[in-house]
Amino acid sequence: MTTTIEPMDENRRQLLVATSVVGGAGAVALAAPFVASFAPSERAKAAGAPVEADLSKVAPGEMMVVEWRGKPIWILHRTPAMLESLKKVREKLADPDSEKSIQPAYAKNEHRSIKPEFLIVEGICTHLGCSPSAKFQVGEASGLGADWVGGYLCPCHGSMFDLAGRVFKSMPAPTNLPVPPHKYLSDTRVLIGEDKA
Amino acid sequence: MTGKSGLLQWIDERFPLSATVEGHLTGYYAPKNLNFWYFFGSLALLVFVIQIVTGIFLVMNYKPDGTLNAAGVPIAFASVEYIMREVPGGWFIRYMHSTGASAFFIVVYLHMFRGMMYGSYRKPRELLWIIGVLIFLALIAEAFMGYLLPWGQMSYWGAQVIINLVSAIPVIGPDLAIFVRGDYVISDATLNRFFSLHVIAVPLVLLILVAAHIVALHEVGSNNPDGIEIKKKKDATGKPLDGIPFHPYYTVKDMVGVAGFSILFFAVVFFAPEFGGYFLEANNFIPADPLKTPPHIAPVWYFTPFYSILRAVTYPLFGLDAKFWGVVAMFAAVVIIAFLPWLDRSPVKSIRYKGPIFKVALTIFVIAFLILGYLGVLPPTPMRTLVAQICSVLYFAFFLLMPWYSKIDRCQPEPERVTWK
Repeated sequence: MTTTIEPMDENRRQLLVATSVVGGAGAVALAAPFVASFAPSERAKAAGAPVEADLSKVAPGEMMVVEWRGKPIWILHRTPAMLESLKKVREKLADPDSEKSIQPAYAKNEHRSIKPEFLIVEGICTHLGCSPSAKFQVGEASGLGADWVGGYLCPCHGSMFDLAGRVFKSMPAPTNLPVPPHKYLSDTRVLIGEDKA
Repeated sequence: MTGKSGLLQWIDERFPLSATVEGHLTGYYAPKNLNFWYFFGSLALLVFVIQIVTGIFLVMNYKPDGTLNAAGVPIAFASVEYIMREVPGGWFIRYMHSTGASAFFIVVYLHMFRGMMYGSYRKPRELLWIIGVLIFLALIAEAFMGYLLPWGQMSYWGAQVIINLVSAIPVIGPDLAIFVRGDYVISDATLNRFFSLHVIAVPLVLLILVAAHIVALHEVGSNNPDGIEIKKKKDATGKPLDGIPFHPYYTVKDMVGVAGFSILFFAVVFFAPEFGGYFLEANNFIPADPLKTPPHIAPVWYFTPFYSILRAVTYPLFGLDAKFWGVVAMFAAVVIIAFLPWLDRSPVKSIRYKGPIFKVALTIFVIAFLILGYLGVLPPTPMRTLVAQICSVLYFAFFLLMPWYSKIDRCQPEPERVTWK
């Protein structure tokens, strides 16, 4: 018995290549649902239900915190002196007119709110997501210098904000604190998370 | 082969048992001049085993659940308290695991420093070194995800800050951060996926990488404090003249290392498990509160040098935020270590024969690294930021200027054979 070496049929390699490509495509397609499972679930997406807050509970000069979508939402009742401070700090702000910041059109004004006395902002620093602390004391007593007129200080990286959540110049935070969509249901009741009628 | 028992013979015909033991232990020749710096490789392996064994037992009682129980405490946080107070021996297992995390980094940092001193990254050990850097990266990921699990204030806000770094990436960043968290904020979804990755995925990757690290080591052979190749001088039978079999010589030597390590390790476990707030931070004894950031957030000590580098970048560049460049600098600081084999142009490997420039450069590097680590636990002030910036520049200069200073350095000739007493 003799063995003959048959000439190699290189065309058959195309089958190998084609099989590998199809198999590879299948493996990639198989990965898709696994990767997709990392995205927020339907429940997480639905959890952003609006929350209601009662403004009559906040005395002038005080702040309350409500939770919306797992984030702290600040409701600050500003006194006339506090509102006056917004004008004083204008020159020191990075984005005084909120051109680069996130807020609904109705809050894109100097006091960044619908009613001047009530500020409603997300209490999450636009730098790395810490929640800034309230520093309402004025002047030396605040520990932030004699010309401090009240505002917020982020404990993580030192970003400072005024009493309208506007960030000062040369701070780690790039933009002002975001204003969530909200609307007034009555004079003292506000709905946070929804602004459509 | 003669002298083999029947059973061993039977196995060897079906599985390379004797050949494996010989190749990696009794017939693996290591240089006879290895000093105490060579303890840290085997100690890293020991800590890895401690973490896996204690981890297996912790998972039996830990619950990765961010929802609140009837008492208003997150279930994950409460389950850790339960392990500490009610599971028999639970405190011991958990303190071994938490101390083990810090011990892992101490041992690995010393192991890496040893490699830098004696030129263990140089040819032919480049791939061994790169696998080592990958192990370090996996270890960082493992430690970071593990730190979220106790669901304390520091777990929560530390993860918040680090995951928000992802959002600094242009265009895809904000969506990517949501993708990593699985939610718009750090939540139960984040906790569960971190648990899965911490307990299954990353340990598997680590196991594979550690195995690859050892296989690569045994292929090229151990370096030694003289930085010369023992394989160049062999006796008539082909064994390195300056080599001794790993077993029994180094297995016995490593047992001394294990004993010394255990004394220190268990002293911490029993008498100072929190280690003054450095191994377990005070704020982490408060349950996670998404509405209130603790007044001062600092990462655990082993991340602080890299965290300092992140914070040191305060200038925007090419129209991108300083935040983004900080993230880039932080990752670059780890990845650049992998390039050492090609940055070092010195004719000799070991610090023993390198010139004064390298000795000064390595000293400055170590001091800069320690200062960065110290600054990373403190809140930033303008002065501290400036110091961190200087130290960050020194850190990178050690690597980036190495091709030049290692070339012009005045080195001494290497000996023909290893030196020992």
